[in-house]
Amino acid sequence: MTTTRSIPELDIDPFSMEFFDDPYHTHDRLRETGPVVRLPKWNVYAVARHREVRAILHDHVSFCSSRGAGLSDFAKEAPWRPPSLILEADPPEHTRIRAVFDRILSPALVRDLREHFTSIAELKAEEVVSKGNVDAISDIAEAFPLAVFPDAVGLKKEGREHLLPYAGVVFNAFGPPNELRQQSLERSMPHQAYVQEQCQRKNLMLGGLGASIYSRVELGEISDLEAPLLVRSLLSAGLDTTVNALGAALYCLARFPDQWSRLRGDPTLARKAFQEAIRFESPVQTFFRTTTRKVEIDGFDVPAGEKVLMFLGAANRDPRKWDRPNEYDICRQTSGHVGFGSGVHMCSGQFLAQLEGEVMLSALARKVKSIEISGAVRRRYNNTLRGLDSLPITLNAMD
Amino acid sequence: MEAATQNAIPGILAECGGNAMCATCHVYVDDEWLDRLPSILEQEEALLTEVVAERRQTSRLSCQIEITSDLDGLLLHIPNKQI
Repeated sequence: MTTTRSIPELDIDPFSMEFFDDPYHTHDRLRETGPVVRLPKWNVYAVARHREVRAILHDHVSFCSSRGAGLSDFAKEAPWRPPSLILEADPPEHTRIRAVFDRILSPALVRDLREHFTSIAELKAEEVVSKGNVDAISDIAEAFPLAVFPDAVGLKKEGREHLLPYAGVVFNAFGPPNELRQQSLERSMPHQAYVQEQCQRKNLMLGGLGASIYSRVELGEISDLEAPLLVRSLLSAGLDTTVNALGAALYCLARFPDQWSRLRGDPTLARKAFQEAIRFESPVQTFFRTTTRKVEIDGFDVPAGEKVLMFLGAANRDPRKWDRPNEYDICRQTSGHVGFGSGVHMCSGQFLAQLEGEVMLSALARKVKSIEISGAVRRRYNNTLRGLDSLPITLNAMD
Repeated sequence: MEAATQNAIPGILAECGGNAMCATCHVYVDDEWLDRLPSILEQEEALLTEVVAERRQTSRLSCQIEITSDLDGLLLHIPNKQI
């Protein structure tokens, strides 16, 4: 008879303000306590080491998404909105939908957007450099994605101010029923109404990503009823994520001037600088899975029907995987980071995100001699997204 | 692919970390080895149409080649670009 080792517990709340202010000490504790840990605060199992997080992401049979990618278990309570056909689905249903996204957001299609995104990035860089003192969040991290992504989707001009608040609700809703989540949902109706309307075919411009989703209806790949939900996924996942990733990159480069010098010396490092910022800050910090059966994780048994919380940010700084994990190093080989996830649900929009990050950082690298933080840095609090609300900087132009 | 990234071999980017999504781990398999590899499945085929360097008969995504003892000595050539 084998004795099941009991899973160690940690009395922490990874969705509290104190944690958001400084998660790293707790990430260390999570990784060091064991390969799997129980968090009684929210009655979930937690995995924070890179190898285990990656293994879970690649085992969609034992660790499913159809019961929700947040804490809420869709087998036990109604989801806050109709489930995502891609994020909150498992193979085989997921596979067909996923193929549509992969074609729409493929590297080749994203390459078609490069020239246009580059020219917008150039203009934005010139604008902020001539101002000198700007807020890296509102003036670059938000402004640049807002200048390219909604147009790429084919959204009309009016109402775009709902996009970021809507995404904020989505990502707060993955978290536990805390105040952040409750308040977010309470204020969400106008944003939900806007998004639902924009997902209709008539409101999406021809040639945009939204319209290309509808073209798959004609091809028989998805139904008329499915198309609006796929557009909703684009609007949920395609903006706030890139805003926080670009913000993370600027925050890293502002804090580590030696890395800015490297980037300035070789602007082709922009793509790597962006990827490394995603590893280092992990704008999407966590996701949940639900066990479909009793599963063994390194000799510890997790029962069926349990929520498992994966700490992507902790995995991205696991010293078992990364050399000098707490250093921002733009020349690092970042392949294998889980900031975009991994496995069948790995971020479908990652090439679009990378294009945005690369062209914006590259444009700045060719115009900016140095960046300094010039005022109080304020954090933005969200149950899932890690990022700043305000980052005042001074951009010193090249001579 | 893992062997390349872990040994800092330049010319293999593997941006998506081995998920057959990015086509930046593209290699040309040496003629002698081509038929000894497991065949190309649908997802790899779709991505091979996206490689930036010339696609050849010998093109494979290195993240889809699982190394076994049969493949000891496998020879792969690196294309001139990945992005």
